[in-house]
Amino acid sequence: MIQVLADGVVAASFIVLGVVGLSMIYNILNFPSFAQGDHIATGAYIALGIVALAGTAGSIAGLSFGWPLIGALICATILNGLLALLIDRSIYRQLRLRNASRISLIMASFGVALMLRNLIVLLAGHDPQYYAFAIQPALSIGGARITPNDLLAVIVTTMMVVALHLFLSRTTLGKSMRAVSENPSLARVNGIDVDRVIRWTWLIGAGLAAIAGVLLGLSVQVNPSMGFELLLPMFAAMIVGGVTSVYGAVLGALLIGVAEAITVHYIAPEYRQAVAFLVVILVLLARPQGILGEKA
Amino acid sequence: MDILSYLVFFSAVSGIYAIATLGLNLQWGFTGIMNVGVVGFFGVGAYATAFLTGPAYPDAFGGFGLPPLVGYLGAMIASGLAALVVGLLTIRLRHDFLAIGTFGAAICIQLLAMNLKPITRGFDGLHSLPRPFAGLAATPVAANAYFLAMVVAIIAAVVWALERMVRSPWGRVLRAIREDEEASAALGKNAFAFRLQTFVMGSMLMGLAGALYASFTGFVSPQDLLPILTFQVYVMLIVGGSGNNYGAVLGAVLIWALWTMTETFLGAVLPAGLKQQVSALRVVLVGLILVLMLLYRPQGLLPERANVSREARLQG
Repeated sequence: MIQVLADGVVAASFIVLGVVGLSMIYNILNFPSFAQGDHIATGAYIALGIVALAGTAGSIAGLSFGWPLIGALICATILNGLLALLIDRSIYRQLRLRNASRISLIMASFGVALMLRNLIVLLAGHDPQYYAFAIQPALSIGGARITPNDLLAVIVTTMMVVALHLFLSRTTLGKSMRAVSENPSLARVNGIDVDRVIRWTWLIGAGLAAIAGVLLGLSVQVNPSMGFELLLPMFAAMIVGGVTSVYGAVLGALLIGVAEAITVHYIAPEYRQAVAFLVVILVLLARPQGILGEKA
Repeated sequence: MDILSYLVFFSAVSGIYAIATLGLNLQWGFTGIMNVGVVGFFGVGAYATAFLTGPAYPDAFGGFGLPPLVGYLGAMIASGLAALVVGLLTIRLRHDFLAIGTFGAAICIQLLAMNLKPITRGFDGLHSLPRPFAGLAATPVAANAYFLAMVVAIIAAVVWALERMVRSPWGRVLRAIREDEEASAALGKNAFAFRLQTFVMGSMLMGLAGALYASFTGFVSPQDLLPILTFQVYVMLIVGGSGNNYGAVLGAVLIWALWTMTETFLGAVLPAGLKQQVSALRVVLVGLILVLMLLYRPQGLLPERANVSREARLQG
């Protein structure tokens, strides 16, 4: 049981890092981005490219990689944010300027998703790849076995969530982001630079997605559809968490991660992906506003 | 002769896509239901027809060897039932949640195709499905030509029926719901019922397309149920013009032509080792076309025509 919980928390950490961007984009730009999963994959591949140049020499404290990967992670976070910004400039922003419907934005994100995934195939091929091959013995913590890499994923995710909370609650920019997600026109009237908020939404959303991609790549492998496979769990997490709240989405991700782990251990591993869908349907039928949904 | 058989083959497949696109047009073009699970209903139809018409497999239940026509009807019923279940669960939801819900439904259907081995045989797929007209025609090309004629006849019948339906009072309600659901509800229209009807009917057309595809290729496996198919059908509809049945058919033919021609062309230009890259490149290309259409011609090549009722025209 403890092992199931531990596996669930590890699975949840990748969903958490991805869903923050999904939720912020949904609330600030007002559409569910079907490309968020593929931003995770681009982040992982950018880091892979840097690692291929710099190498992963050495190993820190039982982890399967050395310092160059940390550098690659930081570079990938920034570059992935800039890539998302470039996509926003050239596609989503143009659609916003034309007052395109939400449906057009969803369709465009569908197109972006496929373009990103296939650009990855074009440049790096279909085959799974790995950052490093060093063998790492699993640690035993409170009766659960967990690899150092997975433990790192949980720790980094926790740190990122705390940092995000401090950012959203303490900084002016964070407060502006919350204001825009509540009411864009009111925020604009009050002198908030909405374009700046949108820029940071992409930078943060895709930046965290890159971290998710690298950690997932370390835990499992790097392949072109690694992010797309996280899309449904991320949507589920966002909906379970009440859609309007980033914190809700984080809790939703924990729930989905544990539900997936339970399915894998006790029911049928091959139906893991169906869990997210079932959870979405149950939540939408029972409480259309989600668990932590605020009253409109 | 070679070119002729290629043309027949190409036209038959693009015709199959056109039927699925017409189904999506009913849902999205006319009613504004964003079904991102096209491939799911296509897959239900494909598997249903394989289940009914296929040969008996030693390791799976099904394969009753029924005539293809029974397979097609069964496929439409099966995909209609699947759509009824998915629709009852999701059709009340707002656009974006409906999109997520149908997307998830399609993934679940693909999971079932992969894992429900006693019926689907998993990744081995269901093979050796009877090719319609194979007994009647002298050559495989002639069999394909008969099949093409049947597909064209189906398209003509579907377009004729859809045109009548969307011009009827029933069709006007669909567009009213698309434009303003609350206003049409205030006028006493049961939006849920109308949306569910179009969702089921559109999905039945997708199921029919899946059935035709399975019986034309003689094979169905989870590999035929990839989300890329949903994307292709959307691009076909958006390029052709959503809300226009002729546009849906035109878009299907154009995009399928582009899809196959890029493979032929790039395959000829680039070295053989780059097959993966070629198929990736054409997805990027089609994605680019979608985005450009959304930006510069969102109404599509054949825009929706304004549809004025006869009474209003007489008064005007």
